[in-house]
Amino acid sequence: MLEYTQKIRDIARKLLEKGTVDVFIGYQKGSVPMMNEPVLIKTPAEVDLLHWDSHCGLNLCNYLTKRTDRIGIVANGCNSRNIVTHIIENQIKREQLYIVGVPCTGMIDHRAVKRTVGNKEILEVTESGDSFTVSGNGFQETFKKKDFLRTNCATCLHRNPVEYDERVADPVPEQESVNPFKDVDVLEKKSPEEKRKFFTQLISSCLRCYACRNACPLCYCPTCFVDESKPQWVGKSTDPVDTMTFHFLRAYHCAGRCTDCGACERVCPVGISMRQFTKKLNKDAFELFGWEAGTKMDQRPPLDVYRVDDYNEFVK
Amino acid sequence: MMNKTFKKDDWAKALEGLKDKFKVYVPVKEGDFHNFRLLGNGRKPNFEFQNTRLSPKSVILPQSERMFEYSLEESKEDAHIVKEVPKDFSPQAIVGIRPCDALAFDLVRINFDNPQFQDPWWVRRMESTTLVGFACNDPCSSCFCTSVGTGPFGERGLDALMVDLGDRYLVRSLTPKGETFLAKLEFGTEADDALIKKALSLAGEAEKKITSKVPTDRLRGKVVNELFNAPFWERVSFACINCGTCTFLCPTCWCFDIQDEVYRKEGDRIRNWDACMFPLFTLHGSGHNPRDKKLQRVRQRFMHKLKYYVDKYGNGPACVGCGRCVQHCPVNIDIREVFHLMNGT
Repeated sequence: MLEYTQKIRDIARKLLEKGTVDVFIGYQKGSVPMMNEPVLIKTPAEVDLLHWDSHCGLNLCNYLTKRTDRIGIVANGCNSRNIVTHIIENQIKREQLYIVGVPCTGMIDHRAVKRTVGNKEILEVTESGDSFTVSGNGFQETFKKKDFLRTNCATCLHRNPVEYDERVADPVPEQESVNPFKDVDVLEKKSPEEKRKFFTQLISSCLRCYACRNACPLCYCPTCFVDESKPQWVGKSTDPVDTMTFHFLRAYHCAGRCTDCGACERVCPVGISMRQFTKKLNKDAFELFGWEAGTKMDQRPPLDVYRVDDYNEFVK
Repeated sequence: MMNKTFKKDDWAKALEGLKDKFKVYVPVKEGDFHNFRLLGNGRKPNFEFQNTRLSPKSVILPQSERMFEYSLEESKEDAHIVKEVPKDFSPQAIVGIRPCDALAFDLVRINFDNPQFQDPWWVRRMESTTLVGFACNDPCSSCFCTSVGTGPFGERGLDALMVDLGDRYLVRSLTPKGETFLAKLEFGTEADDALIKKALSLAGEAEKKITSKVPTDRLRGKVVNELFNAPFWERVSFACINCGTCTFLCPTCWCFDIQDEVYRKEGDRIRNWDACMFPLFTLHGSGHNPRDKKLQRVRQRFMHKLKYYVDKYGNGPACVGCGRCVQHCPVNIDIREVFHLMNGT
């Protein structure tokens, strides 16, 4: 994956020099380990800031919403699916974009790495091939990347970009025999009371900082329902009922749109498994409508159109 | 001045034994990180941490607090009367607070307790609180407390300071409040000079481990408008997603919002943490929003901490170098870089 960095820089330089794009959006290496920063490149002189490794956590599609210029953008599988979703939801036009596709072998779960080294402070992480080495004061350990993938990456079915103008490398093999819905299957078997308990416990540490919402490329509403004040739909305190309302309503707004990019979970400052809210909806979209968000440019999403062959068994 | 030492097991027992006299807030391990929680209900203090995920600011300024209540039920004698909700100001202690977080209480005091305004609940809670600090033997690489007015063994704002000496803690009182607290503790013995010396030598070692330094010397002299209009804000703010992680985790972010919540005929007036990162923070009743752009909000947060606060109070910056925002900003906006940009070269 590391060799992608040079390729991304070369493409960005070419695009900016030729004037194919006005700006280029990618990642730059972060100032703390396992954290990269989204960056906007405006001139060929800045392209060496661009970087790619297994810590490109945030979904860059967030930075496209309603832009009016011509943009070059780096996109791996999930990011490209969100770009497609953005296009079919009229948040950006395809012709404004030059998508630099990045075949992806997954991102590293920084929390799992920290946990494994006993939450000792990690000062440096270096990556090489399919392994990475973490070091800090008095310790150094090397791990296989496949054992530390973010949970959404571990079960990802679209590692290669679905839409691109140019690809930095040949496609990587897609994962087979992974079940992205294993934990939904378990959850579905629970009673309503047990489900309530599960979700109540899940969000018990929620701060209502809205990092999950703001990191989500689907959450581009000019004013989110939780921020409406006339009328006010949701209380602002830490009352669990309000917090639960926020999480469930947000999840339902993402039904049939979520690409399981995992940004919500990546950014939560208190480590809530945010994907538990959206996965059941993803499963339903797939099983009832054969729909995987962001994989088709020429088809309207299931919740946006009526078709005579739509699933309708719930109509009694 | 009292200097006592406690074997680690005895320290936990001593805190447990205080429960009837004090509400004792201690660091508790919750999953992957620590936070301050009230001792009791089987919770065990755990002092094996670099810093807690959240600062203990919520002990003094809760994230949500019912300030007043009222009833709209006409048959009630006190219908439409806004009444203060009874609050608990019994003695409490925050044990294990890092020196950076203690400095934060000192810095935000100017907002809650000044000649013009006194926030009654903040003031009374601080009065009833004893801050027992916990010196940092191993500061994080993102810590820069020595650049902003304290240090890993800093005493500012604290009533007592505990130092980890391996198998035991040395606990030194720094104020009469701290002395009263220590006197109430069971266990522990008088510390001898050798132990105190050892603790002092650890302080020097810890300071040397602080690798992050930020410049602050020119902030005061900068022209506000030049900083306000500086070109770097566009780059600093690009990645920001306007979440509240930095403000909620920050020990010196003090902003709040006041809301009325009414259910049928009963109402509460609630104070909630707010964040200048949220567009709603500055939305006027008219619909106008003076800070409706991300750049304006990001700039506001840093200008408030590193410039307006410095200019207004001659005391600051309003940052204690705890490094929480550096570690947990989801898009890696690094306040250390902003210090360099604002202070200039």
